[in-house]
Amino acid sequence: MKRRLIYTSLVVVLVLAGCSAVSQMATQIAVDQGAITEDQATSINRTVKAAEKAWTDITPEQEHYIGRAVAASLLSTYEPLDDAAANRYLNQLGQSLAYASERPETFGGYHFLLLDSDEINAFACPGGLVLVSRGLLACCRGEDELASVLAHEIGHVAGKHGLRSIKKSRLTNALTILAAEGARSFGSESVGELVDDLEGSIDDITQSLVNSGYSRGLEREADTAAVVIMNEVGYNARGLADMLEEMQHRWSPTGLGFMRTHPSPGDRLSDVRPQLTPLPPLAPPAVRQQRFETALGHLL
Amino acid sequence: MKRLVVVVFVLVALTALAADQLSVQVRQARLRGRPSYLGPATTEVAYGTRLTLLESRGPWRRLRAPDGSEGWLHESALTEKKLKLAAGENVDTSADSDELALAGKGFNEEVENAFKKDHGDIDYAWVDRMAAWKVSPEEAVRFLAAGDVKGGQR
Repeated sequence: MKRRLIYTSLVVVLVLAGCSAVSQMATQIAVDQGAITEDQATSINRTVKAAEKAWTDITPEQEHYIGRAVAASLLSTYEPLDDAAANRYLNQLGQSLAYASERPETFGGYHFLLLDSDEINAFACPGGLVLVSRGLLACCRGEDELASVLAHEIGHVAGKHGLRSIKKSRLTNALTILAAEGARSFGSESVGELVDDLEGSIDDITQSLVNSGYSRGLEREADTAAVVIMNEVGYNARGLADMLEEMQHRWSPTGLGFMRTHPSPGDRLSDVRPQLTPLPPLAPPAVRQQRFETALGHLL
Repeated sequence: MKRLVVVVFVLVALTALAADQLSVQVRQARLRGRPSYLGPATTEVAYGTRLTLLESRGPWRRLRAPDGSEGWLHESALTEKKLKLAAGENVDTSADSDELALAGKGFNEEVENAFKKDHGDIDYAWVDRMAAWKVSPEEAVRFLAAGDVKGGQR
């Protein structure tokens, strides 16, 4: 019983440490002292190595396929807005901004789609598929404000924030399975199978995107990325503040979408305002305002 | 002692050689004539192509393609890892698991097809439509200019 407890504790501690080199040293000491057997040491090392690989080093190609599955899954709940001209404009704006991000190249590139939903919501799927609701569009009075929305989502993709949510939730999931494996002492099933689970990854990410949201720190990171991109491209980053102020008017703490997953617009404003203070108020050229209204006016 | 010096020299030389090789980690990319998306596009390079590093400038790398052509590519399109696979290729048969993370266990087109079979309710049609909406750097420049967007990048 004591040996089993040591075994299970060792697995949990080493997986949390997430380092196979440390694991090998620790298991060797445990074997030397008779706390665990050689076979158990091998099993622990294999488990730690598999777990280590599960959430580090996801290649852009794998990120692409995870992102496609996440987007397809979201689109089974949210209705896409079938408006070719509006989506065309959205992609011209979004992809122009993406070229100026710190990560302009993803495996399949950045692509944007409007959702026919009144919720204030947007989803940045790994790899660059970005979904934006009509409700969020309504918080934008012009192209500079919309640029801030899209640049914020590009910031989430570039920062791989979606993939980070696999890391968090799969850690819990992995530990549950590993603990069960530990309790049986020697499971014949390879724990490495965990990393194979596309469905698990999709659930993890969708859970973050739809229900739990990212941390305030990651939202701040995405807002900062948005400001950098807008400055680089030539939009007035005050558009972000104006958009957040409009969102604040429409905010209800018990609502859906961003109201469930994002910090309040007031909190975001106070985080990002120091970067925007020196900028002049928005005064978009008539030609820019006109094309925004032509493309999206009927949806606002 | 002499032998040791030779061994160390060879190891250092091999390391330096390895660091000079980068792989394209996106589906396809274009080398450009200068370190900017506004530089004229030269050669198209596909996923997994090994390129020789010639020069670095900020996030841009000047590279030589296998056919001898040269040009600039953004660092986000590159990895130091060797990618032996073409996109969608079955990873079980050709991956080197230490060089390609999650190889053989990762997500690829084959896994996506299996996933689609298990989830008839999940429709990829709109995802495929989205993926076809592409705006080239040249179109982006025209779009921004038409909206009188004046950036530092251009």
